[in-house]
Parts: sequence; structure tokens; C-alpha cells
Amino acid sequence: MSGDSNQEHKCIGRAAAIPSRSREIALKVCLGLLLTLAMAFIALPVIALFFRSPLDTILETLRDPVVIDALRLSLMTSTITTFTVVIMGTPIAYVSARFNYWGKELADSLIDLPVIMPPAVAGIALLVAFGRMGLVGHYLNTTFGISIAFTTLAVIIAQVFVSSPFYIRQARTSFEDVDLSLENAARTLGATRVYTFFHVILPIAMNGLISGAIMAFARSLGEFGATIMFAGNFQGRTQTMPLAIYTAMQGDLDVSLCLSIILVAFSFVVIVLVKILTRKVYKRC
Amino acid sequence: MLEVDIKKRLRDFDLRLKLDIDRGKTLMLVGDNGCGKTSLLNLVAGLDTPDEGRIALDGLALFDSEKKINIPPEARGIGYVFQSYALFPHMSVYDNVAFGLRTRKMPADEIDVLVKEHLDRAGLWDVRKAKAADVSGGQKQRIALARALIIEPRLLLLDEPLSALDVRKQAKMRRELKESIRACGVPCIIVTHDLRDVVSMGDFACLLEMGKVALMGCAEEVIAWGSGQDDVGDLH
Repeated sequence: MSGDSNQEHKCIGRAAAIPSRSREIALKVCLGLLLTLAMAFIALPVIALFFRSPLDTILETLRDPVVIDALRLSLMTSTITTFTVVIMGTPIAYVSARFNYWGKELADSLIDLPVIMPPAVAGIALLVAFGRMGLVGHYLNTTFGISIAFTTLAVIIAQVFVSSPFYIRQARTSFEDVDLSLENAARTLGATRVYTFFHVILPIAMNGLISGAIMAFARSLGEFGATIMFAGNFQGRTQTMPLAIYTAMQGDLDVSLCLSIILVAFSFVVIVLVKILTRKVYKRC
Repeated sequence: MLEVDIKKRLRDFDLRLKLDIDRGKTLMLVGDNGCGKTSLLNLVAGLDTPDEGRIALDGLALFDSEKKINIPPEARGIGYVFQSYALFPHMSVYDNVAFGLRTRKMPADEIDVLVKEHLDRAGLWDVRKAKAADVSGGQKQRIALARALIIEPRLLLLDEPLSALDVRKQAKMRRELKESIRACGVPCIIVTHDLRDVVSMGDFACLLEMGKVALMGCAEEVIAWGSGQDDVGDLH
């Protein structure tokens, strides 16, 4: 009797196992398909870019003064922007990671705002703040004769505005990850707050800070909406690579393709660098 | 001599303490989790500020709420071994031990002599170039102690110094620790959960309950009292 019951039990077990195994296979196939589709969706436009532009055309377009000006301006402004964001953003990120103060939630939300704000809106906002007739711009213009809008400085301001959260958010997380007892240990060993920051906290958080800076640089390099609204589209002065791509699209597609390929190649390097840097984390000890 | 007479509002209760520890004496601080042991060490080290009271070392005030004195932790000259050891993971064993001397801007050749002496004594010279994260638990404990002792502290604070080690290593490290503390000759407070530490390392012991001294006496007295109490028996 008990033997029969065992037999029955085994049968039920096997019967249940077969559909579960086929369900698992079906699930794997679905997920595989989904992944392939997603990869194709991202890879296809990138591959198409390279297909449409033979290497000799790319090299030839690289000599075009519009391309050279756009490249030079983009690299210069993005570098200045990244330095500005790192210098201003590092103390802000540290304070945000370590201290509680009145209005901290509001300040943190404000720092993150440009990430979700449409770039075109950011451009208009900057224009009504720093434009010739803007809230601060009007005062700067009448008192000091300084006009910011439609200059290279405006390009940098627009880039700082949109890219700073990318750095600050990453830096804040990196500082939060530094064990507080390390700071305390350094202090009891005779280190001042400043010495502790530069010799203990900063080196440990460095990989995260560098990857944040790279993200901010990449975001500045790709910045379009806020720049065209606030700085305009003048070759050699405010026409960065994305703006030059947009302008060239209306005339010479080769130029816009060439600039696009440079940006794609750069974005790929950025992603690889960030992945390598964020993988290396110090073990806690 | 360390004199502590402080009051501090913690999250769930008030920490109220009055303690005196003579030079060369070791106080073992025992009590349940969250009774204020580590908070007391942090207050003495200057990593946290008491609401009121006085902390003095060799007659000099480190903190005095009436006279508005609050010496920052870096100027207190206190050797603190943290529970997790808090070794700097990006530095070598050598650099960890040299850290306190470098903050004092001591010349490199003098640092070299002192660090070599301490690393030799702790049996760490061979691993001096290894990253602090890559050495064994026992070695980490020795590095943390050497790093605290090299600054010639006027007071030693140790927060559960043996808890991160496996049981076999604990007995050996307990002996080593006792010898190092004796040689140092300064007042010492050791926080522990382990009553074996209390007996073997302490000159006297203090049982903390909800931020207050429940019992103070020689180590044997605290153990004897503790063995009759269920919750203190759990300290093991």
C-alpha cells in the first residue's frame, strides 16, 4: 500500500517537473529574444552611422573648418565645464553626504533638478536669468557692461547647469560609501578635517569622483537644447559639435555623420572607462 | 590620570558617567549592546561632544562645558583602536602605521626609525608593503594597535579589540594586547563583550546599563555579580 503511494508520489513529481522545465526553457527563449531585440535596437543605428560614412569621407570632413571649429569649441568648453563642476561640486557633494542641515532635502532636490528638466527649458530659464534683460543679466549689463548670453561663456554656463548633477550625484554616493570610522580614526591620529579629506576620504572616493567627472564631461559634450536656447548657434563661438551636427543636417549630411561618429566613439570610450573605474572598490578593513 | 564626569542625551536614554582611571590602569567597560559603551569612547576621544560636564587628562581639560573648552580629537593625543580597526584601505601597512607621525610633520627619517621599531615589535615588518585590506585579521588588529601606540598616546581606548578575530587567535592576541598596554603605561579603557577579556586584561571593571554605572569594582567582583544575572550572562 505504501509502495503504491510512493509510486504515485513519484509520478506526480515527474509530471509536475516536465511542464516546469519546459516553462523554464520558454522563459529563457523569451528573455534571449528580448535581449537580442534590445541590443539590435541600440546597435543598429550606431552601425548604420558607420555604414553611411566611408573612412576616407570621415578623414576628408575632419579638415572642414566647421568641423574643426566645432570640435575645438566642444572640447574646450566641456573641459572648462568639467573643471568648474568638479571644483564646485566636490565640496557640495561632501557636505550633502556627511552633514544634516536645515533645508537639506530641498537643496538635494534642487541639485538633481537639471537631470529631469528638459534642456530647452533649462536654456530659456538661463536666458531669463542671465540674458541681457534677465533677472541677474540686466544688472550685470547695466552695472558692469557684461553680457553673457550668446557668448562662449553662455555655452559653458549651459553645460555646467545640465552636467553638474551627473557629477554631484556620483560624488555624493562615493563619499557616502567611505566608512565614517576611517575619518574618525584619522582625526584621533592627529589629522585635521582638511588633512583627513585630502589624505583619506578623497583617495578612497577618487574612482567614483573620476567616473562622475567623465559622465559630466560626456553630458557637456552632448549638450544641445540649453546651449542653442541660451548661447545661440554661431560657428567658432557657440557652435559646439551637437549644434554643428544639427546645422550640417540641413546642408551636408557627410559633415553631420562625421561629427556623429566622433561623438559615438567618444561615448563608447566613456562608458568603458566608467565601468572599469566603478568596478574597483576598496575592501573594507 | 583620566577624569570623566559627563552627561549626554543619547537617542533612548541619558548617558551619565563619573569615572577616574589612574596611569597604567585598565578599565574594562562591559554592558549590553546599545548601553552607551562606544558612545563613551567617542565622547572621550572628542568625536562627539557631551551636553555638559568635564573630561580631563593628567589635570588638563579636554572638555569643560563651564569653561567652554572642547579640544578637537586631533589635538587630544588619544590612541583609539576601533572595533572594525578602521585601517586605511588605500594605504600600505607601513603608511597606516606612519599616518599619525606624518600628520605631526615629523621628518621622514625619524618616521622611518619609529615605524620600523613598531612594525618589528608587532611582527609586521615583512608585510609592510602589503595593502592593509590584504592582511589577516590578527595582523589587522596588530596594525591598528601599532598605529595607535606610535603617536605615544596619553590615553588608550580600545573598542572590542578582539571581537573580529576567531576564537583560536583571541587567546594569543589577548596576551599580546595586555603586554602592549602594560608597556605603554597610560590609562586605558577597553570595551568588551567577553568576560574572559575582563578577567585577563582589566585592573577594574565597570558595568554600564542604559548609560549609567550599574557596578564598578575589581574585575572578579563584576564577573561574580554578572554570573548571577541572566542578561549579563549573555555577554558571552
